[in-house]
Amino acid sequence: MCTYLTEKVAITGSGKGRDGWFTLSQAVVYVDHPQHAPYEHTVNIDFANPSMGPAARVAVELTEEDALALMEAIRAALAAAPPGLASAR
Amino acid sequence: MPVFDTMLAETISFAGHGGDWIEGYFARPLGPGPYGAVVVIHHMPGYDEATKEITRRFAARGYLALCPNLYHREAPGASPDDAAATARAAGGVPDERLVGDVGGAAEQLRSLTSSNGKVGVIGYCSGGRQAFLAACSLPLEAAVDCYGAFVVGEPPESFPLAVTPLLGIADRLSCPLLGLFGAEDRYPSPEQTAELERTLSDLGKTFEFHTYDDAGHAFFSVDRPSYRPAAAVDGWQRVFAWFDRHLTDRPAA
Repeated sequence: MCTYLTEKVAITGSGKGRDGWFTLSQAVVYVDHPQHAPYEHTVNIDFANPSMGPAARVAVELTEEDALALMEAIRAALAAAPPGLASAR
Repeated sequence: MPVFDTMLAETISFAGHGGDWIEGYFARPLGPGPYGAVVVIHHMPGYDEATKEITRRFAARGYLALCPNLYHREAPGASPDDAAATARAAGGVPDERLVGDVGGAAEQLRSLTSSNGKVGVIGYCSGGRQAFLAACSLPLEAAVDCYGAFVVGEPPESFPLAVTPLLGIADRLSCPLLGLFGAEDRYPSPEQTAELERTLSDLGKTFEFHTYDDAGHAFFSVDRPSYRPAAAVDGWQRVFAWFDRHLTDRPAA
């Protein structure tokens, strides 16, 4: 099925794409057909900067289990670091 | 059955919605015709190699086939996956623009000297819904909906993309419709395709639906785990029989 589901969030940071590092401005998350992963559906995340064109994108396609594990790993890493250490503020 | 073993396949530009020049992949047999024509609507992952292969397959069967790049405006020249991501983030393809692009592709095909004037449409996945939409919005001679979701059924609330159910415009269906679905699909579910079937029956429309057991969504996709050879082989036979019957003068295989 095409879920059409799409979550979009503005982000600050950098990603490394085809042509090297670039500034990121948005992340788009959707559960839908992957381009490459050998599954019918995956959790797809596009880290992108639309102002730099369609190729300014770092894409990942994860299984549901791995996406949830990644979320936990991010939470654990942040919890282990001093509060606010990686904050933009 | 006639043999069409020479073809030309290439990228062209043609006038789509609003007169915008957009890209399309055009494959055609090199004989003088007259040939029927098919507009191929790509799936949500984009104007990709698999869809171009489908487009060539129609040419090999004796059809003029044109696949519009529905994401050309958002991402001209981009790789198909980047273009699909860009179009998705921008909210998807508006229905009105889709109709204009398919209509432009149909006009492009009808204008060819090797055209017999008859044009059909086929779409896969999100393109299945769009094929139904086009067939309800444009004068066409045949349509094929391959497992298109949200022809029937309300999308969840807070849906970010411009997708609405189409059952309300089914009375405007301009041509015979072939529907190919998987029994294990949830979008569209067998209940939803049964509802569409009832509506088309009530409206007196010409249609034929087939739902394959042991198949879900995207059973035609040879490069995905959803591929189901038995359903795909039978499905292709039905697609060609449908278009042969409605777009050509030759007997169906």
